[in-house]
Amino acid sequence: MSNFFNKSDLTRQDADKIVSETLNNCDDGELYLEESKSESIVLDDNKIKSSNYSSDLGFGFRAISNEVVAYSYSNEISKDSLKNSSENLKSTLKSIKGTYNHEIPKSNKKFYEDINPIEQKSLDSKLEVLNKVNDFLRKKDGSVKQVTASFAGEQKSIEIIRSGGEALTDVRPLIRFNVSVMLEKNGRKETGVYGIGGRQSYDDYLKNDNWKNVCEEAFRIASVNLESKPAPAGEMKVVLGPGWPAILIHEAIGHGLEGDFNRKKTSAFHDLIGEKVASEGVTIVDDGTIDNRRGSLTIDDEGTPTERTVLIENGILKNFMQDRHNARLMNTRSTGSGRRENYRHIVLPRMRNTMMLSGNQTQDEMIKSVDKGIFAVSFGGGQVDITSGKFVFNCTEAYEINNGKIGSPIKGATLIGDGPSILKEVSMVGNDMMLDPGIGTCGKAGQGVPVGVAQPSILIDKMTVGGTKL
Amino acid sequence: MVKDQEFLKSKASYCLDLAKKMGATDASVTVGHSISETVNFRNKSLEASDRSDGLALSIETYLGKRRSSISSSNLLDENIKTLIEKCFETTKITPEDEFNSLPDKNLLAKQISSLNLYDETRFENDKKIKYLNDLEESASSDNQIINTESSFTENKSNFILANSDGFCDGYKTSSFTTSCVTVAKDENSMERDYEFSSKRHLSDIKQAIELGNKAAKQTIRKLSPKKIGSEKISIIFDKRISKGMLSVFASAISASAIARGTSFLKDKIDEQVFADSINVIDKPDMIKGMGSQNFDSEGVNSNTLQLIENGILKNYLVDTYNGKKLNLKSNGRSGGTTNLYFEKGNISYEDLMKKDSRSLYITETIGHGSNIVTGDYSVGATGFLVEDGEFKYPVNEITIAGNFKDMFKNIILANDLEFEYSVNSPTMMIEGMTVAGK
Repeated sequence: MSNFFNKSDLTRQDADKIVSETLNNCDDGELYLEESKSESIVLDDNKIKSSNYSSDLGFGFRAISNEVVAYSYSNEISKDSLKNSSENLKSTLKSIKGTYNHEIPKSNKKFYEDINPIEQKSLDSKLEVLNKVNDFLRKKDGSVKQVTASFAGEQKSIEIIRSGGEALTDVRPLIRFNVSVMLEKNGRKETGVYGIGGRQSYDDYLKNDNWKNVCEEAFRIASVNLESKPAPAGEMKVVLGPGWPAILIHEAIGHGLEGDFNRKKTSAFHDLIGEKVASEGVTIVDDGTIDNRRGSLTIDDEGTPTERTVLIENGILKNFMQDRHNARLMNTRSTGSGRRENYRHIVLPRMRNTMMLSGNQTQDEMIKSVDKGIFAVSFGGGQVDITSGKFVFNCTEAYEINNGKIGSPIKGATLIGDGPSILKEVSMVGNDMMLDPGIGTCGKAGQGVPVGVAQPSILIDKMTVGGTKL
Repeated sequence: MVKDQEFLKSKASYCLDLAKKMGATDASVTVGHSISETVNFRNKSLEASDRSDGLALSIETYLGKRRSSISSSNLLDENIKTLIEKCFETTKITPEDEFNSLPDKNLLAKQISSLNLYDETRFENDKKIKYLNDLEESASSDNQIINTESSFTENKSNFILANSDGFCDGYKTSSFTTSCVTVAKDENSMERDYEFSSKRHLSDIKQAIELGNKAAKQTIRKLSPKKIGSEKISIIFDKRISKGMLSVFASAISASAIARGTSFLKDKIDEQVFADSINVIDKPDMIKGMGSQNFDSEGVNSNTLQLIENGILKNYLVDTYNGKKLNLKSNGRSGGTTNLYFEKGNISYEDLMKKDSRSLYITETIGHGSNIVTGDYSVGATGFLVEDGEFKYPVNEITIAGNFKDMFKNIILANDLEFEYSVNSPTMMIEGMTVAGK
């Protein structure tokens, strides 16, 4: 746990006093203190290309009254600096008065350990794994022309001080191990990427030479793509594999169910609570409480314990994801979804681990039911236009389906759909729900936060596939 | 006030001295300070204010051909000392890499000319509020506009780059950025669009009323879109999309992608990669340019580069490390392009719109569908169906796809180039792309 009050002349008593005095006439707000240590070690082109370590320390001070949010941050934790921020907040909110809401739920549950993953594995042994990855892949096949492997680790300590002196703390570990391989055969080049990670130590993920499985998977994806044909263009049936393809859920409906867009009525979902937005059998939750997952949080960045929020139950829209600010303005409660990239950014309602739960059909049944369509197994990234509801995601491994059978692999193509209607096109839900491998980062308003997704195999009756073959 | 040169220089030399004392053979350090103030508006009232004040330090230490780096926002001497120790300890056990080195001394920038990148004008928050109020008044004048969000950010920055070969320089820059996002609604649909303006000098920012009007107009015209069928069709890319083609091109000719062999433009120097009417230039010394620089992120002097001449690839974007791998000298592009643009074409916008009796005009793309290894391109798109030079109706929920190798050779540019951003393109037409729709 970081002690933020031995860095300079600022004592806890000073901080409590400045915070309480600043937020006295506001509806909400807090002082957010953060210390993070992170590393990144990259092997590329047969060499250790970079080893970087960074440490960051700072505070963000927020005051909210009515609909106005005033925010000020600095990376100098001192009495003067905090006083300056306080003056800055007061000048923005000078004419708006509020009543401070002291209520914040409590929980003793923790979803990860207080560890520093960077210190738990020596640099030497990290370098050794990266070199093994490089040798393993390059010896595996002559078509391997480029290998990139990396470790990224972080420990973030936060403390939230609310008006009245209440303090909430959390220590968050996070790691990621990633392998990218490029193959070249007959003049064609294709890449495959795979990674794993979460809120545990590196060795929890790398035991039993698990790095080999990561290499094999990256290699397999690249090999499949070397044989790929141009993708078809037009509307057709799409079978999605389990796990990571759930970024479809994240883009298609997740963002549209974040509280801020619905308070502002700019989301295509804002007036659909209680309405049927998905086929029966579709249940989607956003869960911050799964042990050691990338998107899990013990408390969110406003100090609210996270929870499992039911978004869609059997096709009916139940809840939005809320931070304190949007919840207050919509007369509801925070779902523990208030997140920020770091102290430089304001809190926004964000996803954690977004999951579609299992149904009772099999992937086989889905494939067999399709005359002409595609089977998408792995994806790059996605994006959504919240207002029109249109979303896309990019396949990195997909196959054509002809007469109920999986055919040739097809080139990477973008799939596009309409968020509010796509889940009504889901005609089968598989019994094989799977979590993603722990690699997702979600971007919103210039802030990246770690997230997770999960889903079973699903069959979508109609979606537009953006290939080149008419 | 943003920290002055003297303060940053003293921190930089403290770092270099310390690294040398510990035994580093070389070192380089960047110290920067940046202050930003943002005001956000929504539906004609204040929504948020945000002030940020940040110092940043990054250091690389070398021990012969070994290198590692650290970065931090904590500039207290005690913390810097701990970090440099850690950095140097890491350097010692990092394997050697023959290409690691500081830039060649004779390539370092020597004379710094003023490019007028700093405007010291303070635009107080009260003035930002007045500007945004005017902007949103004009943006919301049509009753189909149901939501407006806008912001104004003022930024002042200063930095020093220093290395153990004696390079030590830096300069102040400023930027003023305003943007407006509007949402329009009719009985069939809800749509969003935007407009923004970003300049080094306050006086060059677009007028509030003009910006608000434009955002609203661009949003309203998107209402009640249709989905079209799948077909081959010529596509006209609005300027805000066509400049994205240049960004893809730039990443495909970066020395790092070339050296790693992961670019579809590897080994294409002196070969035809664009239509022969196309010229692409990267010019670092534009007065007040958003991408202007006196030297790159390693201190290397950067001159104007003709990247494409009559369709032929003439230069990669080279930094020191990847340059050594490729046996090329750095051309001052560590950190990428500066002010990158297509030279204007010789057909007017109106004639381009009429060139085909039926074409598709794209105003927005979504998704990350550009693959620089294979050149494959596939993105979601929004726009308008154009018939006989006129917008017929808005189109959405479609994708457009092709391969850059073919697309680049089929580019036709209008003569409407303007220098608004750090990457600029005229309106562009590419014939024969695939649209996937119904």
